[in-house]
Amino acid sequence: MNGARIFSLLFILMLYPSAGLNAQKVEYIKAEDLERILAGSGDKLYVVNFWATWCGPCVKELPHFQKVAAAYDPSKVSFLLVSLDFPSQFESKLLPFLKKNKITLPVAAMTETDANLWIGRVDQSWQGDIPATLFFNNARKVRKFNAGALDENELRSIIDNLIRT
Amino acid sequence: MKKTASFLLISALVLSRVAMAGEPVKPGDFAPDFSLKSVKGETVSLSAGETKGYIVVFYSNVCPMAVKYEQRIVELNNEFAPKGYPVVAVNSNDKDVAPGDSYDEMKKLAKKKGYKFEYVYDETQEVARKYGATNTPHVYVLSRNDGQLKVEYAGAVDNNPDDAAKADKKYVADAVNALLSGKSVPVTNSKAVGCAIKWKKA
Repeated sequence: MNGARIFSLLFILMLYPSAGLNAQKVEYIKAEDLERILAGSGDKLYVVNFWATWCGPCVKELPHFQKVAAAYDPSKVSFLLVSLDFPSQFESKLLPFLKKNKITLPVAAMTETDANLWIGRVDQSWQGDIPATLFFNNARKVRKFNAGALDENELRSIIDNLIRT
Repeated sequence: MKKTASFLLISALVLSRVAMAGEPVKPGDFAPDFSLKSVKGETVSLSAGETKGYIVVFYSNVCPMAVKYEQRIVELNNEFAPKGYPVVAVNSNDKDVAPGDSYDEMKKLAKKKGYKFEYVYDETQEVARKYGATNTPHVYVLSRNDGQLKVEYAGAVDNNPDDAAKADKKYVADAVNALLSGKSVPVTNSKAVGCAIKWKKA
């Protein structure tokens, strides 16, 4: 391989990080990182979905999030998938799942095993049942928590209602 | 006489809050009684028992989080049933949404695993609703005082689903041990990630 080809390959990888071997970059987070996420700044709507590869209804609703996210301006609506997979299965289950299902939305994997430390921060009413989704725009004091699975229309309509307020 | 009766009633309400319909029960509340069919085909009634209390676990055959805790639930029963706090596992999942949680599947699993604790079927989901259980596994530790069952603890088994050996807060065991030694329960509530209870489709 000559220098120019290596250079162009590097250039392509820079432009399209997903062309690399690790199709999906996962951020490993602790309870305090979740605090930072929930404090999300700027006038934008954050959609944070809590899920796991072992949760059937979660896996079923993920494509709706992928599809709906593509329809909004990322500077106005920002999506994050927080994986609550067992840390012992991050490598064996989570990463292969993301690759196989071509998940392109940002993924954060929760490494804090004591869920009692952070569940209540997401929403007081939440008992930790998944799937669950939190919608918020701190700049506009907008906040909505949804326990349970959402279909594509429900997800779209919640977002549309919240960005209008 | 009438006055005394209403005074007593009000005192009882103040001392031990009665959960309103649709509101989850909290530690300190009266525990809703139930009579449900077990995998052995018998009716299990909490109030008819003579134990010191119960470890009620909303459970599932198939929820991976419940499966993670299966051995720990077996051990809780082995340790505490002889001391008066047996496990009663309740399956409230709708069989149409979660076929793996049907009564037949419950019977098969209990037989295969040799469950010594009662495993009961909440077909109408009324018990899960009365308790306000949301996920599996979701535990309620109950104590019996003068025939009344009271909720002493609601939440997770411990604070590390992935690795029992690394759990440094054993909420349920700590609660029952405290009750057995006449002390107050150190932590009465905790939250944990679990599978949402599979409610019947409306």
